[in-house]
Amino acid sequence: MTLPGFPDAAPVAGLAGGILIGLAAATMLLGIGRIAGVSGIAARAFGITDSGLPKGSAWNFIVGLPLGALIVVLVTGGVEAQFAGFLPILIAGLIVGIGTRIGSGCTSGHGVCGVSRFSRRSVVATITFMATGIATVAVMNAIGWEVIQ
Amino acid sequence: MTRLAPIALISGILFGAGLALGGMTNPARVRGFLDIFGEWDPTLAFVMGGAVIVMAIAWRFQARMAEPIVAGVFALPDRTDLTPSLVGGAALFGIGWGIAGLCPGPGFAALVIAPAKAVAFIAAMLVGMLIARFLEKRD
Repeated sequence: MTLPGFPDAAPVAGLAGGILIGLAAATMLLGIGRIAGVSGIAARAFGITDSGLPKGSAWNFIVGLPLGALIVVLVTGGVEAQFAGFLPILIAGLIVGIGTRIGSGCTSGHGVCGVSRFSRRSVVATITFMATGIATVAVMNAIGWEVIQ
Repeated sequence: MTRLAPIALISGILFGAGLALGGMTNPARVRGFLDIFGEWDPTLAFVMGGAVIVMAIAWRFQARMAEPIVAGVFALPDRTDLTPSLVGGAALFGIGWGIAGLCPGPGFAALVIAPAKAVAFIAAMLVGMLIARFLEKRD
């Protein structure tokens, strides 16, 4: 199914994926009593912070991420994916790592878990990273820096 | 830990499956969402909308539960203060997100889609997290 005016959009797959992500976060919340924030759980798994889930559980969550994606790849026969080159990926990773720790979360912790709870901090963080993400892509387009060929 | 670990694994699997199904392991699609002045791709809004709706319901259940199903207590963020760190960190994160179209969840999920690039992203992200820890300890 397509969205009128947006031939490339995948609204049904997007909504279905979003519901799965919501169920994932609900499982973490109602089962374990914690926020499913990927940056925080990754920091815990790799020993960068001592707070959060028990380390073993943090690793289980992190290992589950590629496993879940693998299931979708196997069931659907492959997913479309175009990645940036290694240099932009390394620069981006470094900035994402610094920003998510200083800003206490990312798209999952703030964007999904926090926004759905009407957390003031998460709403502000989400508006902020959306705005700078939009500005970054706009500036890169304006100067002709095409990271994805 | 033994009781929590399987729940964490299930949560991770659901999360990774949702990311891949929703097209969020495709950085081109994520950057398409951020490209509002170009050929905008609204798919990410559907992903986030679906996740937020389910979680909004989950929070209603949480409010009526004395404790989580397999853990002793709810350990949830309770801060409400808006700080320069929150806004500055989120601003930085958004810049990194925009550059390559990857955030932490898709970074790990992409290990089965573009392994070398996922490893590069994760390694750089962990270095960034260590830098942040160093900066915060200096304060």
